[in-house]
Amino acid sequence: MRVWKFGNDIDTDAIIPGRFLTIYDEKELATHAFEGTRDEFSQKATDGDIIVAGRNFGCGSSREHAPLAIRGAGVRVIIAESFARIFYRNAINTGLLPVTSSAAKEIQDGAVISVDTVEGYIESDGTRYPIDPVPAFLLEIIRAGGLVEYARAHPEVKTCTE
Amino acid sequence: MANGMTVAEKIFSSKCGRTIRAGDVVMAGIDAAMIHDITGPLAITQFWEMGGERVFDPQKIILLFDHQIPADSIPAAKNHVMMRAFAEEQGITNYDLREGVCHQVAVEKGRVAPGDIVVGSDSHTCMYGAVGAFATGIGSTDMGFALKYGALYFRVPETIRVDAVGTFGRRVGPKDLVLRMAGDIGADGATYRALEFGGSAFSSMHMAGRMTVSNMAIEMGGKAGIVPPDAVTMEYLKDRGSFDPVDIAPDSDATYLEKRGYDVTTLSPQVAIPHNVDNVAPVEEVAGRKVDQVFIGSCTNGRFEDMKEAAEVLGDDTFSEKLRVIIIPASRDEYLKTLRAGLIERFVEAGALVEAPCCGPCMGGAFGLLAPGEVSLSTSNRNFRGRQGSTEAEVYLCSPATAAASALYGEITDPREV
Repeated sequence: MRVWKFGNDIDTDAIIPGRFLTIYDEKELATHAFEGTRDEFSQKATDGDIIVAGRNFGCGSSREHAPLAIRGAGVRVIIAESFARIFYRNAINTGLLPVTSSAAKEIQDGAVISVDTVEGYIESDGTRYPIDPVPAFLLEIIRAGGLVEYARAHPEVKTCTE
Repeated sequence: MANGMTVAEKIFSSKCGRTIRAGDVVMAGIDAAMIHDITGPLAITQFWEMGGERVFDPQKIILLFDHQIPADSIPAAKNHVMMRAFAEEQGITNYDLREGVCHQVAVEKGRVAPGDIVVGSDSHTCMYGAVGAFATGIGSTDMGFALKYGALYFRVPETIRVDAVGTFGRRVGPKDLVLRMAGDIGADGATYRALEFGGSAFSSMHMAGRMTVSNMAIEMGGKAGIVPPDAVTMEYLKDRGSFDPVDIAPDSDATYLEKRGYDVTTLSPQVAIPHNVDNVAPVEEVAGRKVDQVFIGSCTNGRFEDMKEAAEVLGDDTFSEKLRVIIIPASRDEYLKTLRAGLIERFVEAGALVEAPCCGPCMGGAFGLLAPGEVSLSTSNRNFRGRQGSTEAEVYLCSPATAAASALYGEITDPREV
């Protein structure tokens, strides 16, 4: 699946501009993803494509429209050198897997790569790169199939006082 | 190694009833949750998807509309209808579109107390750190979870301590300080970290200024931006509710990831240059650049103190006709203070459009959008490409004083020279 390579500090206004925030349908959001900064993405991205970016991907707003717009375009995995905090959690909660790896530097736009999240590596041009582990408490949510499913399976939660 | 605790560690320890350290992951109860018209509808949908029926505590939910008011489109109007129905069904106080920008309203209505843990489905929720709360922005799905359980997973962050001393020079203030910090720390320098602010420049800073600084913690990636509560905080809060005293002052031997110091005496007015908030330069370096639109307002700089700062620079003059000036107080209370001081009249006489409290051009949707090639100078918090309209437009960020000075001449102007 092809790689869409982005640079550092890709912000949520670039991913989905403010004027589209009344939309909640991921397919419709996807038609405006990266509008004005990389129009080719919404026109050509297909199921299974992967976004690879530099540092601080998803910085800015807490808008969940951002991971939804990317997911709506068919992308399920984003590899970055680092993620902004709110985006990272929003991605996991909406079923988009954020993978942190220094390999993001090496991978070029248009490359065809694969990601093995079970074994924990990225394969590009025959080279395997390690990926950073996901924090344990978030892994629990990923394993449940997202935060909605996690919540459905837990009628109550135990807080730190209990 | 030091054993003392940071403010963030003290807040979580106090909430959990045991010692909690940076790096710990806890499911902590929350004291307030804020939703608005952009991210609220999805949070409510997710709450239902999770099997939610009744919110954990209607009194702890802050609900209002500020991004698209009065409704700028039929979809926005439908979102308002949906949230009104939810508030009514759940027994949540709905400020609707009456009160202003969410963060300002949350603080001024006394909905946030020192030592609270607060979440909001808006990234600038970190502003409540100005009253000594651990407050952070979350997405809508996390908010759906918070609405249902009244709790959320937190990884307790390490802290970067920023001390500022000295006295601000004429027409230099808190916005210039926080822009300088963003320039130094970088757009991701505080990711997964809390920022803790202190020193004599903060002790003597009014609450409006503290809110400006805490508000922009997220522009450095910060999870929270906390000013430990003091007499200034309690004076601000005294008529806004009953607040129990809390001991969350950081220990002198607290463990910080990093410490930074500023002397504001030598600070000059700062400007963030397109298209990143950490691309910051002293105003001298960008003076003379032509501006098409000036915006004074937002949760960052829409308080009465900001309006006074702009009005003082304006004096009896009029704004340049080469540009348009949009001024929006952040809340009804702040608007009324500005109005009663005669400043609204002054702004209108000078040629500004004064709008009712809302997010305005900062959210890049409702109104005040830029055409390709246009330049905006704004007291808000983000200058990302496309933030205020066309991706071929430019946004510069600055203080109310620099914005007002620039509005007089139609170009970026050092307020000290006006």
